Amino acid sequence: MSIFEYNGSALVAMVGKNCFAIASDRRLGVQLQTIATDFQKIYRIHHKLFIGLAGLATDAQTLYQRLVFRHKLYHLREERDMKPETFASLVSAVLYEKRFGPYFCQPVIAGLGDDDKPFICTMDSIGAKELAKDFVVAGTASESLYGACESMFKPDMEAEELFETISQALISSVDRDCLSGWGGHVYLVTPTEVTERILKGRMD
Amino acid sequence: MMKIDFSGLDPYMPVKGNAEDLDDEILAAPSFKLPVTVDFDGFQKAAVQMVKPAKGTTTLAFIFKDGVMVAADSRASMGGYISSQSVKKIIEINPYMLGTMAGGAADCQFWHRNLGIKCRLHELANKRRISVAGASKLLANILYSYRGMGLSVGTMIAGWDENGPGLYYVDSEGGRLKGTRFSVGSGSPYAYGVLDSGYRFDLSVEEAAELARRAIYHATFRDGASGGVASVYHVGPSGWKKLSGDDVGELHYSYYPVEPTAVEQEMADVPIA
Repeated sequence: MSIFEYNGSALVAMVGKNCFAIASDRRLGVQLQTIATDFQKIYRIHHKLFIGLAGLATDAQTLYQRLVFRHKLYHLREERDMKPETFASLVSAVLYEKRFGPYFCQPVIAGLGDDDKPFICTMDSIGAKELAKDFVVAGTASESLYGACESMFKPDMEAEELFETISQALISSVDRDCLSGWGGHVYLVTPTEVTERILKGRMD
Repeated sequence: MMKIDFSGLDPYMPVKGNAEDLDDEILAAPSFKLPVTVDFDGFQKAAVQMVKPAKGTTTLAFIFKDGVMVAADSRASMGGYISSQSVKKIIEINPYMLGTMAGGAADCQFWHRNLGIKCRLHELANKRRISVAGASKLLANILYSYRGMGLSVGTMIAGWDENGPGLYYVDSEGGRLKGTRFSVGSGSPYAYGVLDSGYRFDLSVEEAAELARRAIYHATFRDGASGGVASVYHVGPSGWKKLSGDDVGELHYSYYPVEPTAVEQEMADVPIA
């Protein structure tokens, strides 16, 4: 089994009309054994910028701490928050530093830019950026997530419809994966507010 | 390869009608062609890797005062992928005997059906039903004759015969154990935890069914490869009966209802002293 599948995860981000949503499952496992069902996989960098880290949980936490550190230094020097595009480049650079001994993580970055334009992107574990206009997925359930998103996504959804779509896509995808699921976690971000919701799901 | 002599286990009553056809089709001990290869072990390993679905499982069975309780989950997985959530892992051999399925799905299904045929023939030849001990031994002997050839079977044979309730564990390594409490599969450690702490011999049928269901539920919760539906069967003096089949997705929230909360506790680092 790959080290990327050691803990299990499902991550997805979607773009709507002047808004975006990012969602994850809540399981932390050691191979097939479920250890926790309230595990955080999506982290907040600032009030309109989120990063989800799929893959090895220990590396995800370490990577998150380094990214927070770098964002704080940026804040001190520039006295402003990072734009999502800038942050994606930072993550990419931090990952490539470890080109020959990488963090075993696949990040998903989602944020609202200055003009409230949604931005989503994903990367591999050594920082190759992949920008998308519609949705991005990562984790052990990524194949099923691609299928679900491909058939459920519509462009320019309003916030509430976007929430429904991303939740249904996540819940139905993890039902085909042994290593992720056990509930869901969704952030819905509009220019005016951030909504956080916990999803009930199958607990097997 | 040496073959074990099964002739002692075969029915001795002459078969009426076109006996030769039957002899070939049913009565002959099943035999399979072996691959023509120099490296048999290597071939075997590769072949086993190819046909390995339905690995994760939780099954359990236990004897109590009113008979045997048998329960199982219903998930089939291939690696991390869930290929089905509705597999019948409790196989009905005859109205008085059940078999459970863990390991290779095809191996279990085939050899249980084969066992069903043998049990029926025994019944016709001897004018009485085969004992659970006899049936399990029939299966164990067959599995032993294929030992080391890649069969993957972990099964419990549960039933009611002239000696009352019977329960045997049989596996493809050739093991056959008589017992009162078994659990088989990747989720078995979790099921044993619940089963052992809640088991008493003088459980009522309702209590025993609930214990079995709860043990399967807890196994599906902790074990990624177990899930779907928790089905529970009871075997009593008048044969087996299916008592329940509950979707674990709904079972969880009936066992542990959630009241809406505002903010959940966040994971935070331990403060440095």
